Amino acid sequence: MLRVEALETYYGASQALFGMALEVNAGEVVTLIGRNGMGKTTTVHSVMGITQPASGTIEFDGKDMTGQPSYAMAQAGLGLVPEGRQVFPNLTVTENLVATSANRTGRKDPWTLDSIFTFFPSLKERRSSMANLLSGGEQQMLAIGRALMTNPKLLILDEATEGLAPLIRQDIWNVLERLKHAGQSILVIDKNIVDLARIADRHYIVEKGAVVWSGDSKTLMADEALTERYLGV
Amino acid sequence: MSSRPNSIFSAPRWLIIGVVVMVLLAFAPPIIEALDQAFWLDVFTRMLILSIAAASLNLILGFGGMVSFGHAAFLGIGAYAVGIPAYYDEYSGFLHILLAVACAALYALITGAISLRTKGVHFIMITMAFGQMMFYGFVSLEEYGGDDGLIIYERSNFGDLIDMYDDTTFYYVCLVSLAVVLFIVHRLVNSRFGMVVKGSKSNERRMGALGFPTYRYRLTAYVISGAICGYAGALLGNFTEFISPEMMDWTRSGELIFMVVLGGTATIFGPVYGVLAFLVIEEILSAITTYWHLIFGLLLVLVVLFVQGGIAGLLRRWFSKKKEAV
Repeated sequence: MLRVEALETYYGASQALFGMALEVNAGEVVTLIGRNGMGKTTTVHSVMGITQPASGTIEFDGKDMTGQPSYAMAQAGLGLVPEGRQVFPNLTVTENLVATSANRTGRKDPWTLDSIFTFFPSLKERRSSMANLLSGGEQQMLAIGRALMTNPKLLILDEATEGLAPLIRQDIWNVLERLKHAGQSILVIDKNIVDLARIADRHYIVEKGAVVWSGDSKTLMADEALTERYLGV
Repeated sequence: MSSRPNSIFSAPRWLIIGVVVMVLLAFAPPIIEALDQAFWLDVFTRMLILSIAAASLNLILGFGGMVSFGHAAFLGIGAYAVGIPAYYDEYSGFLHILLAVACAALYALITGAISLRTKGVHFIMITMAFGQMMFYGFVSLEEYGGDDGLIIYERSNFGDLIDMYDDTTFYYVCLVSLAVVLFIVHRLVNSRFGMVVKGSKSNERRMGALGFPTYRYRLTAYVISGAICGYAGALLGNFTEFISPEMMDWTRSGELIFMVVLGGTATIFGPVYGVLAFLVIEEILSAITTYWHLIFGLLLVLVVLFVQGGIAGLLRRWFSKKKEAV
């Protein structure tokens, strides 16, 4: 579904990605893991067209999408839940959800306001609140709901549970698990490897702007030296 | 307190206050006539016209976060769209309005297409630069009076439909225009289009990443705003029966921004309150002292520092306190 090859991205003169490559197939849950500053978010931004890569190819749904602006990537079916949530503070919960809703991917059973509210009951209670008045967990759910309302083929979560209380984190993981069972393809960035291993099919470990290891959950969890070397603090 | 079944009372507070102000404005002409203060009808007519201009600016500044520092150019374009045809003995009001709206929209499309590629301070500076270009452009048009301006010998002619020479009729034309413009703004900002524009204000990059080419949406809002302001300009030209480049000067654009901020940005009726307060305070202070600018400036600084959300915010808080007290 998504294939990224030889991505090189610069911030001004400093290079952040050195031949980044990854692949997500339909129905898969794939993770990007690694320490801070290794290029996980840059990868996502490059794929989304927010930060344009200097070279490399991005293929989505069989089409070459390299160099496309972010709105075109979103219209093609990439739904991003950004780091730090970034809900629209001057819109209400309902407005945040409906403002960008669309079904450009032609999904048969598209997400609606009702189905989002069934999925996230706490959002329903706060539907008329301004989004900046929500708790961190609620904002994260709103950001996920907002992305789902665009009926994405691939949902991308950048730091899915960062800064959230452990109980809220479990809620988010449960949500992702349910989405996976519903057949949603997901690319997720996070630091809680145990939780990720439970949900995800495959993992990419990112170090200094490139993939240094990839494999399935079982292999990842079996190799303590691996997690210690690339993920330990 | 028992629950109130009547739906009027369940309307949001800001709407009730706004409608009350508009109804009061509708009663202004008979009251002014009874008090024999014809001068104040002029002040109020001017206030209505500038409210339309301020409402158009608020659409992009308040709701869209685009601080246009050249909005007076639209007023000038609208006024010249009355003055120049009149110079050639063309007095059809319908043509004047059409020209004013179309020229302002075209100017907005061209300048907006360029300006909206920039952000923040750069956007402010470039809109101001375009405004000044129009200013000097019309100064150099000797045929139409240049620096000295152009006297409009006859107001727009709407046949038997509207008599623009009747001051009271003209006042009501402006009032109805303002009501329609406020309604349009209200509908726009609560539509999906408006949500995208508002969302682009708080986080343009995010709006893009959710599948919206924000540039086109912002440009559309900019053009709508310019067209509305052009219409206000046509009214202003009729009102003053005189148009000069001075009407497009950047200080005028600054005044418009101030009216919007004073009244409360991103509110429907805020621009009306802002213009009302601005003109009334200006009239009163200038009657007291010739150095009224000094007091006025201080007053404005205090409002910005201490009155959160401008007059609209102040009114809303004031009325909500009263309600709790009951």
